[in-house]
Amino acid sequence: MIQAIKVPEIGENVESGVVVAVHIKVGDTVAVDDTLIELETDKALVEIPSPFAGRVTEVLADTGAQINVGDVIARVETEGEAAKAEDDAPVQHKMTENSASMTESRAEETSPASPQPASDTATEDLASVSESSTMESSFAPAPPPSRSDTLPDRPPAPAAPSIRRLARELGVDIVDVSGSGPGGRITETDVKAHVRNRQPSAPGVSGAPAETGTSAMPDFSRWGKVDIEEMDTVRRLTARSTTASWATIPHVTQFDEADITSVMGFIEKNAPKVEKAGAKLTVTAIITRVCAEALKRFPRFNASIDMANRRIILKRYVHIGIAADTPRGLLVPVIRDADQRSIVDLAKTVGDLAQRARDKKIKPDELEGGTFSISNQGGIGGVGFTPIVLWPQVAILGVSRSAVKPVFVQDRFEPRTVLPLSLSYDHRIIDGADAARFLRWICDGLEQPMTLFLD
Amino acid sequence: MAEINTQLAVIGAGPGGYAAAFLAADMGLTVTLIDPAENPGGVCLYRGCIPSKALLHIARLIHETADSEAWGVSFGKPKIDIDRMRQWKMDVVNGLTNGLGRLVTQRKITHIRSSAVFSDDQTLSLTDADGKISTLGFENAILATGSRSSEIAMFPTDGDRIWNSKRALDLETVPTTLLVVGGGYIGLELGSVYAALGSEVTVVEMLPHLLDGADRDLVRFLSKTLTDRFKAILLNTTVATAKIQKNGVKVTFQGKDEKPQTQLFQRVLVAVGRRPNATGLALEKAGVSLDENGFVQTDNRCRTTAATVFAIGDVAGQPMLAHKAAYEARIAVENIAGKNVIADPAAIPAVVFTDPEVAWTGLTEGAAKSKGTAVAVTRFPWAASGRAVTLGRSDGLTKLIIDPETERLLGAGIVGPGAGELIAEATLALEMGANATDVGLTIHPHPTLSETFKEAADIFHGTATHYYRPKRTMK
Repeated sequence: MIQAIKVPEIGENVESGVVVAVHIKVGDTVAVDDTLIELETDKALVEIPSPFAGRVTEVLADTGAQINVGDVIARVETEGEAAKAEDDAPVQHKMTENSASMTESRAEETSPASPQPASDTATEDLASVSESSTMESSFAPAPPPSRSDTLPDRPPAPAAPSIRRLARELGVDIVDVSGSGPGGRITETDVKAHVRNRQPSAPGVSGAPAETGTSAMPDFSRWGKVDIEEMDTVRRLTARSTTASWATIPHVTQFDEADITSVMGFIEKNAPKVEKAGAKLTVTAIITRVCAEALKRFPRFNASIDMANRRIILKRYVHIGIAADTPRGLLVPVIRDADQRSIVDLAKTVGDLAQRARDKKIKPDELEGGTFSISNQGGIGGVGFTPIVLWPQVAILGVSRSAVKPVFVQDRFEPRTVLPLSLSYDHRIIDGADAARFLRWICDGLEQPMTLFLD
Repeated sequence: MAEINTQLAVIGAGPGGYAAAFLAADMGLTVTLIDPAENPGGVCLYRGCIPSKALLHIARLIHETADSEAWGVSFGKPKIDIDRMRQWKMDVVNGLTNGLGRLVTQRKITHIRSSAVFSDDQTLSLTDADGKISTLGFENAILATGSRSSEIAMFPTDGDRIWNSKRALDLETVPTTLLVVGGGYIGLELGSVYAALGSEVTVVEMLPHLLDGADRDLVRFLSKTLTDRFKAILLNTTVATAKIQKNGVKVTFQGKDEKPQTQLFQRVLVAVGRRPNATGLALEKAGVSLDENGFVQTDNRCRTTAATVFAIGDVAGQPMLAHKAAYEARIAVENIAGKNVIADPAAIPAVVFTDPEVAWTGLTEGAAKSKGTAVAVTRFPWAASGRAVTLGRSDGLTKLIIDPETERLLGAGIVGPGAGELIAEATLALEMGANATDVGLTIHPHPTLSETFKEAADIFHGTATHYYRPKRTMK
């Protein structure tokens, strides 16, 4: 019998996705759990497995197409009964979320998707208006300028004009805000609370307008030819999360240099040994180890700020995110309990995570829960940069390219390998002197490893 | 051919155009205001709102002096000096427009007395009174060309007998008989003026009621007064033929089920609405499109289909009201200045300056009914208002349209002297999302007509001091 394979329920609030790969063609024989297509949703790249075994008779999914939960992917001719009920089809999240959503998957769940009563009435009114009112109907055939935010004749939100403007400035559709006042009246506090609550998933105090702000965009084609490409999910989420971080966190960046001559000697000496263990000994692994130690000594760098409740949350675990440059964009896989791992272990883990991030094989939980991040651009170059803190973390270490420089040691110049480091931090919780001490401590740790165990 | 460039060109200096020019100048843009007239003002100041209100004020005075006989004060029959009256009206207009002219100078706005035609979406071709042509390059333009009286083919306006609103405001003469074609606000306001000055006024309206769009219970008070003051109000009636003769205009009316009737009028005022001034501007060269009703197509940022051109006021759509134009002026200019704002008024008040005045804002009861929106309607009759009685004007009503669930104010309608002033408070309440309790808890000065607004809100809870209505059953 012919069985239709539909897009199964993927996750909460996930209703559609873009087909990024189709692994079957007509005539193929598939077994249960064979991957049929890869689907990119807002949250994850998902492989849709076959619930049946049989021969593919028809493929409806096209690469690049948007499909919804319940849409038919393909039809398969099976022998007898279906091997598995459709509903039970397991869905493997192979890779998810970029920095923003990964750090706060809890917030994703609470992100408001529930329909507001106000918008319900808006649709009703819209319908009735198009039937009756001649005045509004003259408005309806909208002109080409973007009318995305025009809902003709939706009842005005119960908010003062100044509040409606505030909402627009913050990129909030006022009808989405639930008012705390009598009869649902919306106050300034309500709008701000709405912005705060949605921040992790659709963040940006000033960010959202910048993201959506098409109004100020000039027509670039006036000055020459342009190409336009859609933002993919990772790009979009990166844009969101960096905007949110930038808007929320008062950033300061501290610079320092570490003399890693002895570290380089150490690497050279131990590289073969580590290689035998199946890993590559890198500066990143060593810095990660030193940072892990530093985070235990300076717990405020391993914290988060809860402004709403005026609290500082200090984490008793050290999970360090390592920014990975992948073909799909920036991903930050997280090394659990970095403070309890050997350098060999770290080298192995860093290599493994980075590789799987690039191969889209990383699991969603491996992108979550970081307490501090490291971004190493040393492999590419540069003398320094100011990384953006990955909210709700409070600090990130930027590593640039090391260089052999003449350093005045005792009474003469010596060629030393010097590594430029930059530490961006959240000034709400960390003061400049603390940051200088923290970064100096890391440098000392790299220069004089024994200091790690001094006290 | 002089070439000038400006950041913002505003075409038309009516209440939308000059408001836009002034705000833009205040925000630091270089502004060029284009209008053939010597000073800003547009239809509103020169031949609309302002002169008509000056004359309506006189009309009201005439009626009040007559009413005062009952209070023990007699002035006798008024003597009308039409020349003096015309001069006063012109003094009012000139005083205001000269004031605007000074504001143009003070704000360092370049005022060009020309008509404008688009060459493309960045250039205007200007023609001054002497036929001299110049070119104006602009970064952005705001179209604020307003509207003009609609005409009916059977009433050619080239002679003396047929008036439009402008001619009526010119106050050439007080005809013994005047036919007003159209029972909208312009016809009723100007008909009221001439009735007060002594004309026998007949109004003909094809619809079954006056003031289409206003709630019937409000219009009822006005209809009652006008029935006394006008010779006749012909509803459900159209003009079948009109013939201009030496001694007047011979008009044949066609009622719904009646035989045609013919009457002679000295003058006929055609007040059947207004049409946007969207032609003759070569808008197509700028890429500006019109909708099927002839208005310039705009979105809620007042943008037209051309990225550089905005449109506000009458030319950009209904309702054709000066205060809507001024509001849109702000939205357009702020968008040009890069602000992310839209036009989202909770209510646009409408006022008919007859006696009594009729005003409404937000949702009307009629609109709620046709939309099927469940509303609670409260009515406070002015007979229960101490202030109204001291004025000898119990012919008023304040009504509120309220959301029965949230008790939020959705609309208000007021009829009575000063309704146009009172409606502003209701509009503010609507914009602020006020509910019946808010209005009821706001102390209103006593004794004033504004108390009727508060009492109408209290009626919602069944607690109005001066009006007994059994409590509504609460859920």
